[in-house]
Amino acid sequence: MKPPPFTYHAPATLAETLEVLAELGEDAKVLAGGQSLIPLLNMRLAAPAHLVDVNGVSELDVVDVGPDEVRVGAIARHARIERDDGAAAACPLLRQALRLVAHAVIRNRGTTCGSLAHADPAGEMTAVLAVLGGTVRLASAAAGRVTRRDLTAGKFFVAPLESSLRPGELLESAGFPRTPASTGTAFAEVARRHGDYALCGIAALVDLDAGGEIASARVGTISVTPTPLVVDLTDVLAGVPPARADLAAAREKVMAHVDPEADLHASAAYRRHLAGVLTERAVRQAAARSAHAPAERGAA
Amino acid sequence: MSAEHLHDLTLTVNGVPHPVSVPARRLLSDALRHDIGLTGTHVGCEHGVCGCCTVLLDGQPVRSCLMFAVSARGHEITTVEGLAGPGGELNAVQRAFQECHGLQCGFCTPGFLMTVTALLAENPSPTEDEVVEGISGNLCRCTGYQNIVASVHRAAALMTDGAGEPRP
Ligand SMILES: Cc1cc2nc3c(=O)[nH]c(=O)nc-3n(C[C@H](O)[C@H](O)[C@H](O)COP(=O)(O)OP(=O)(O)OC[C@H]3O[C@@H](n4cnc5c(N)ncnc54)[C@H](O)[C@@H]3O)c2cc1C
Ligand code: FES
Ligand code: FES
Repeated sequence: MKPPPFTYHAPATLAETLEVLAELGEDAKVLAGGQSLIPLLNMRLAAPAHLVDVNGVSELDVVDVGPDEVRVGAIARHARIERDDGAAAACPLLRQALRLVAHAVIRNRGTTCGSLAHADPAGEMTAVLAVLGGTVRLASAAAGRVTRRDLTAGKFFVAPLESSLRPGELLESAGFPRTPASTGTAFAEVARRHGDYALCGIAALVDLDAGGEIASARVGTISVTPTPLVVDLTDVLAGVPPARADLAAAREKVMAHVDPEADLHASAAYRRHLAGVLTERAVRQAAARSAHAPAERGAA
Repeated sequence: MSAEHLHDLTLTVNGVPHPVSVPARRLLSDALRHDIGLTGTHVGCEHGVCGCCTVLLDGQPVRSCLMFAVSARGHEITTVEGLAGPGGELNAVQRAFQECHGLQCGFCTPGFLMTVTALLAENPSPTEDEVVEGISGNLCRCTGYQNIVASVHRAAALMTDGAGEPRP
């Protein structure tokens, strides 16, 4: 349980980071929070020749709440984003989901961008990016010139633990669009123990019109599809207030779209069942959080 | 086999600078235990699950098995050896674990003490749920957790009585 040898690089600036990554190409891995990479090294499931530690690049340690989006830099820790009141107000799903990512101690070190780069289909933030319609910014340098490309979740996530990151590229930041007040969000999941990777998780986004009727709804999935899947539920839910919405139809639609695999912890059928149950739960919670939700009558 | 490149660096642990010469792959947990000789930090799983190796990095709890010593350069590290006062008097959390029998074999205890010290520094009067969630990343194979939960509440009470601040 000891990591294999590697050559260590600790650039101090973004420019230097991109230069080192360009030079090393596919022999290098970025070291962000290390909360996924170091376990892989300790178990000798990965043996990169070079590690480029970006923890000292302070310009990547940003949480920027802008007029259109919340942009988080490559070394913004899960914990920092979770605690940021501005980010939570602009995009409540961030805090709702981050509370479910591992344990607080892991979140003190792990980064949201690292989580996206890792592309684990069980990672909450992959579904958050997908369902919100956010983007990742990938940066690389060639002959002293920096190139950047912005990709949506659909373009970025390719397969379990596989993304469109090319050798030499850094996931520089991720942008999560602001959620309008009329839209409520929620993240519901079932894990065997608090802090474990979820057996299934559903992120929901429900928009209500001024009359309190559902205008649009969609959910994003984790742990039941190879990459986060967004299922649009507008066709089955729109046009009625949340209390009269056909949640059974929403549940059926999501269950028909997911393709879970069985493992030690849960059968495929159980995961599919959870996808349905959690869709209902998340949609109901999300709708109740819209500014246009009918005033609460007792328990939500 | 060619000799592995060694990095010379200074780790500040419990306020004391320790010069070490380590390969890049040296885990912080191993640097603390083997290079510096502070064996209070325990190592259970080496993949972030058990919490035994938890130390404070600039006051925040982190897994020392999921960090390289070279990355700890320039940071303040606090281990379980740094919790007691200069005369060896236990901090509030340590006293509470002793009073409430919050340990049996003691293997998990350093990780719990670090996690709880940080938890109470941030939230001096946690609810039952906050206590349970706060220690959910630490495994104990002996106690069944009941006395650990009681210890956390006791530590919170000791602190609000002014009987002792959690250090640091
Ligand atoms: C016990 C435990 C439980 C966990 N439970 C959960 C959970 O429930 N849900 C969850 O989502 N996560 C969980 N995690 C993982 C955690 O969220 C990680 O922090 C996260 O997955 C990876 O982020 P990191 O910053 O630690 O990345 P690292 O471990 O440093 O890197 C992960 C991978 O991404 C690459 N990478 C990282 N950053 C970049 C970048 N900026 N550009 C290019 N490549 C990059 C690395 O090269 C590596 O391949 C858990 C971890 C542990 C140890
Ligand atoms: S040894 Fe670090 S968490 Fe188990
Ligand atoms: S006291 Fe033995 S593992 Fe906790």
